[in-house]
Amino acid sequence: MKADQRDVLTGVYYIDGDVASGYGALAAGCKFIAGYPITPSTEAAEAFARIAPKGGAMFIQMEDELASISAIVGAAWAGAKTMTITSGPGYSLMMETIGYGAMLETPFVLLNIQRGGPSTGVPTKTGQADMMQARWGSHGDYELIAIAPDSPQELFDHTIKAFNLAEKYRCPVMIMADECVGHMTEKVVIPRAEEIELEPRRWYTGPPDEYIPFKPDEDLVPKMVKAGSGHKLFISGRLHDERGYPVDNEHFELKYVRRLIDKIMCNKDKIIELKEEQLDDADVVVVSYGISSRVAVRGIEMAREKGIKVGNLRLITVWPFPDERITELAKKVKAFVVPEINYGQVVFDVARCCHGNANVVLVPHGGAGVHMPDDICDAILLGAKEERKIEKVIEFKTQLEKLVFKGGSKLKE
Amino acid sequence: MQTPKTNQQKKIQVDSSSMDRIHPMENVLRMDRIPHIWCPGCGIGLAVTAFAAALEKAEIDLSKIVIVSGIGCTGRVAGYVKLDSFHTTHGRAIAFATGIKVANPDMKVVVFSGDGDLIAIGGNHFIHAARRNIDMLVVCVNNFIYAMTGGQVAPTTPLTAYATTCPFGCVEPPFNIPYLADSSGAVYVARWTTLHVRRLTNAFVEALNKKGFSVVEAISPCAQYYSRINRLGDGLDMMRYYHDNAEIRNGEDTKNLDIDFQGKIIVGKFIDRERPSYTDRYNEWLSKVKGGENEPG
Repeated sequence: MKADQRDVLTGVYYIDGDVASGYGALAAGCKFIAGYPITPSTEAAEAFARIAPKGGAMFIQMEDELASISAIVGAAWAGAKTMTITSGPGYSLMMETIGYGAMLETPFVLLNIQRGGPSTGVPTKTGQADMMQARWGSHGDYELIAIAPDSPQELFDHTIKAFNLAEKYRCPVMIMADECVGHMTEKVVIPRAEEIELEPRRWYTGPPDEYIPFKPDEDLVPKMVKAGSGHKLFISGRLHDERGYPVDNEHFELKYVRRLIDKIMCNKDKIIELKEEQLDDADVVVVSYGISSRVAVRGIEMAREKGIKVGNLRLITVWPFPDERITELAKKVKAFVVPEINYGQVVFDVARCCHGNANVVLVPHGGAGVHMPDDICDAILLGAKEERKIEKVIEFKTQLEKLVFKGGSKLKE
Repeated sequence: MQTPKTNQQKKIQVDSSSMDRIHPMENVLRMDRIPHIWCPGCGIGLAVTAFAAALEKAEIDLSKIVIVSGIGCTGRVAGYVKLDSFHTTHGRAIAFATGIKVANPDMKVVVFSGDGDLIAIGGNHFIHAARRNIDMLVVCVNNFIYAMTGGQVAPTTPLTAYATTCPFGCVEPPFNIPYLADSSGAVYVARWTTLHVRRLTNAFVEALNKKGFSVVEAISPCAQYYSRINRLGDGLDMMRYYHDNAEIRNGEDTKNLDIDFQGKIIVGKFIDRERPSYTDRYNEWLSKVKGGENEPG
């Protein structure tokens, strides 16, 4: 299915990532965004509100984030492609309904322009500390998809990608961008509508009486209908059977919740997108995502200039995590270097997948700023130099840390 | 003194054709989910009966109506009504329903939930949906307590009444729901008890035909938790209390509708006015935008 011409603002733009995402949502056929203003994500909502009427879409500013995400889940069941836009504190407020969306197998997209945290944190500056929240934030077992764009162009492209994944797997998809990418202004090329491929909703088309709301197809994803189409749906966040009726026993917990996980995990190969560079001869691999991957590129260049064989593995899809690929690489390389704008989140998944076969170096960075390429380069050198197998994640001491703590934090010494 | 009937006599009284007859509300109830979970003496079933009767009376197209509930005893209503029905997270029924209504304005939307769900955890959505005048009917079954969780104090618990989390009596004044709805902008506000089944049904019919944010408060006995901890007897005793203390005052100023512990309950239709709904305003705005009349700021 191709994009609708009315929704696609074909052309070459010089816009920031937030705006690009708003344009991407419309191009993806998003007809409804509910949001609540929060820095640094507001530009995306503003951009969408401005262009929405053109594409027959609408933006509604709700009274809070709880309402915003509830409204988009409702709108998704009314048949619309929907998205909400938020950051840090708003993201925390949305957690309960993200789980609800996963339980109901509702396709929707959530754009999180991450800022420095915790709490109100650093509203106007960057962070990547919501990555584990994206993975585990709502209570109970479920799986969803999270992608991390690293440029305004990708915020456009990946917003469309997020909608496609949401429709295909009927699950919430998180766009885990960060303030740097959201506020970065770059060239964005919006192609013609016929060049944009969209995933249609998995509509059920059989006789209404035979519709079973949660009966999965072969790829474990069930077909959907919308409210008002005569199916007399009953949809509940309670543990339910295939009809959607509440059930209270471990057999159904196993059968149903297991499928929520399996429909993502069994389709991992189709979902995961990675960008790999210079991995063939690499001794050290930098694993990064979002803005950190842009900084890493320079760090890698610097290390290569010093003769280190270092490759780059960029996580475009962060969740589900590419376990097998990391495990495979760990058998070949000496070390992984993971720069993140947090004090260690995705790095522990890299370490988990290494099974002790390679060292893992974390290059941490607090919110409100990005890494120095020199730090990433030095961390690569450290990883290349270390001949011993270190059992725990090696925490690289950045220049900033040395400066602030005059040689190192007391607690760690 | 009446002699007890023998089994034989009872059998004769049963109309054999009744076995083939369907339940009169089978077209709007999910019979495969009956029996329901509500306790003996509970009033929620009466509110559902009134609602089911109203659907028939209002001649609503049952495929174009959606019912949304939150969490709690009344939150279970969506699961027993054979319409497109959604059981949402706690407090978010109105927000969820707002999404349905604005994404598909052809739908008739009903939110059927309890006082805790709509007025405490969902209070913000209640006032904002009223302010926007989203076209929906909100049925608030008010039993003065959190019953599903075992009888904790609610924002509707009358002052001095007992609840498990205020074992020495409630110290907080309760919300006056019609006043809250009225001052937030609702276009139709009524309150009845579940004793007033006929009037409650009529209120539902009127509200279903009303365009805009309509609120019907249905005061309902909780014979297990509210009644027991306050020594108020069983469900029938609470009905008797409604019978003796409910006073019909249609058009009464909503300011005067506070409910004291075992005091008078003023019931009636209080508000019935016209205000453009969200969808009306939005469509008017949209035609101006599309006609180039409204330029972006």
